[in-house]
Amino acid sequence: MTPFISLNAVAVPFDMANVDTDRIIPVRFLRKLRDLAHSYEGYLFHDMRFDPTGAERPEFILNQTPWRQAGILVADTNFGCGSSREGAVYALLDYGIRAVIAPSFGDIHYANELQNGMLPVTLPDEICNHLRAQLHAQPGAHLQIDLPTQIVTDTDGETHPFMIDPVYKERLLQGLDDVGLVLAQNSQIEAFEQAYHRQHPWLA
Amino acid sequence: MTIARTLFDKIWDRHVIMTRPEGDALIHIDRNFVHEGSFHAFGALAKEGRQVRKPRQNFAIADHYVPTLGREQGLAAVADPDARHMIELLESHAKHNGMKHFGMADPQQGIVHVVGPELGITQPGLTITCGDSHTSTHGALGAYAFGIGASQLKQILATQCLWLKRPKTMRITIDGALGAGVSGKDVVLAIIARIGTAGASGHVIEFAGSAIRALSIAGRLTVCNMAIEAGARAGLIAPDDTVYEYLTGRPYAPQGAEWEQALLEWQQLPTDPGARFDQEVHLDGSQLQPMVTWGTSPEEALAVTATVPDPACFGEANQRAHAQQALAYMDLQPGMPLTAIPIDYAFIGSCTNGRIEDLRAAAEVLRGRTTVIPAWISPGSTPIKRQAEAEGLDQIFLAAGVEWRASGCSSCCAMNGDLIPAGARCASTANRNFEGRQGQGARTHLMSPAMAAAAMITGHITDVRTLLGASA
Ligand code: SF4
Repeated sequence: MTPFISLNAVAVPFDMANVDTDRIIPVRFLRKLRDLAHSYEGYLFHDMRFDPTGAERPEFILNQTPWRQAGILVADTNFGCGSSREGAVYALLDYGIRAVIAPSFGDIHYANELQNGMLPVTLPDEICNHLRAQLHAQPGAHLQIDLPTQIVTDTDGETHPFMIDPVYKERLLQGLDDVGLVLAQNSQIEAFEQAYHRQHPWLA
Repeated sequence: MTIARTLFDKIWDRHVIMTRPEGDALIHIDRNFVHEGSFHAFGALAKEGRQVRKPRQNFAIADHYVPTLGREQGLAAVADPDARHMIELLESHAKHNGMKHFGMADPQQGIVHVVGPELGITQPGLTITCGDSHTSTHGALGAYAFGIGASQLKQILATQCLWLKRPKTMRITIDGALGAGVSGKDVVLAIIARIGTAGASGHVIEFAGSAIRALSIAGRLTVCNMAIEAGARAGLIAPDDTVYEYLTGRPYAPQGAEWEQALLEWQQLPTDPGARFDQEVHLDGSQLQPMVTWGTSPEEALAVTATVPDPACFGEANQRAHAQQALAYMDLQPGMPLTAIPIDYAFIGSCTNGRIEDLRAAAEVLRGRTTVIPAWISPGSTPIKRQAEAEGLDQIFLAAGVEWRASGCSSCCAMNGDLIPAGARCASTANRNFEGRQGQGARTHLMSPAMAAAAMITGHITDVRTLLGASA
């Protein structure tokens, strides 16, 4: 997993609440393999981005020149609600988006972002509104996100501190994978399982 | 003096392997389910040279991509090579890892969240995971069950445990008797309409109160199934005699002396009097009516007697914007009675409403009547299909002109090709009405099985209470 330390990138304002993961990646693409040769880039927001003939919809924000290079997405409440599909994160990542700023996230999607080295930043409603307004006013402007100090710097140079769980932060900073982390506790896991399954033999 | 604990607290506490000073806990997972969509996790596992660590605690079930027509032809019935490959991949991953696999032709196959409870794999007090958001369904039997993404799934396959933050708790109490024609589906749609799709974010919901106690297991499964649509991490209901009776004799439930021992433990699980929840919500069950969604989010639901709302009436700017977009997508005008909305297709099934009680409720409405629109019913599992046939329900459906299909996720997510055409409106008993959920441009109205059956007969959204009792 690639560590996440800081990011300075074009930020795209996404003015829509409850963006569900079906919208981020329509279900028909979930059967697609993903590896070096098969990127999920083209599936991101597919049905908002492209019309039924496959042509770009010019009114869709990521189809507008200043924002094509976006690396940060500033969203509204409850971003990534709905289906647990990790494909939503693959599509964001393959497009080049490594951080999403929103007032709140769907729980499973939030965890999925963290698992893939993406940073979900939770900031209050007013600040997200303010950031989106700034970005609309200055198409293609950058935001700066710094994880060690937990600060988002907006286009006016104003800073907005954000909260993140210290465990998640550490994992992102080091690019640590959970499996390795867990297996390091092997003796404790086995001791737990033995005692637990002695009490509940039908569950073993 | 012992501290009063909630049902959730008790389940959590007994699964903690260790905690970190920062407060998260390594949690043992009792049961994990995989389906065709789990291939990313298996791929990552193989890439790391790992195997499933506890194959007996993991179960593989084919549901999302299986065809609901032509099942007797086996894999040949799957037209799309990608989909066929995923069904085959699941079987080979399960075999390779020594896991129990319920494939397309297995007599116990069905939708994972229907099969788990039906086989007694789901039990009170367990931690249950699946790479699917509707894993919350299993909470109806008093388990802590939640959906995970592919990375966490890989971790569970590799370790059978997961680092988790302790979620907050919310109790939703619904007292009062439900009226005729009001089901578990209507209860949960009313809850989501009330608290919103982010209303329970970061929380585990315990559903309580006399209206919940009075629900059958099927109704409870429906309620917990849609807890995720209120943003909850999971939904659960305290186990009681209804649960114990339901589980008795199920193939994977404990038997004999172990059953007695399990029962003693299960009886300790319900929330202690005086236990504290982070949030409490109350609803009066006697005031609830049959519900339908008019928009593209499960919270955009109203009693069937209402009219399409005017987005201008919503207090919050983002709700207003969502409602506007929803009305445009759904092609509806504010002020129009919901019962005036025409329906072009109807689908009864899914892990929300594909159980035998749901099919009986639909049959009661359809008996002696005829559908005026294309409609199909896909039972939640193959055993439910057999039971419905033994009860003669299939004959009622067929006589009404409704297609009687095989079991799978079908038009809930349309992954298997059971699509609704663009622009068409579908009455669906599933759980999501997102744009494009049932196919690009398809419009979904969520409702109960009885309400969907009523729409089949009239071709528009219909208050099922006007048909009940009035025999055809
Ligand atoms: S029936 Fe629908 S909600 Fe349930 S598991 Fe299948 S796709 Fe998911």
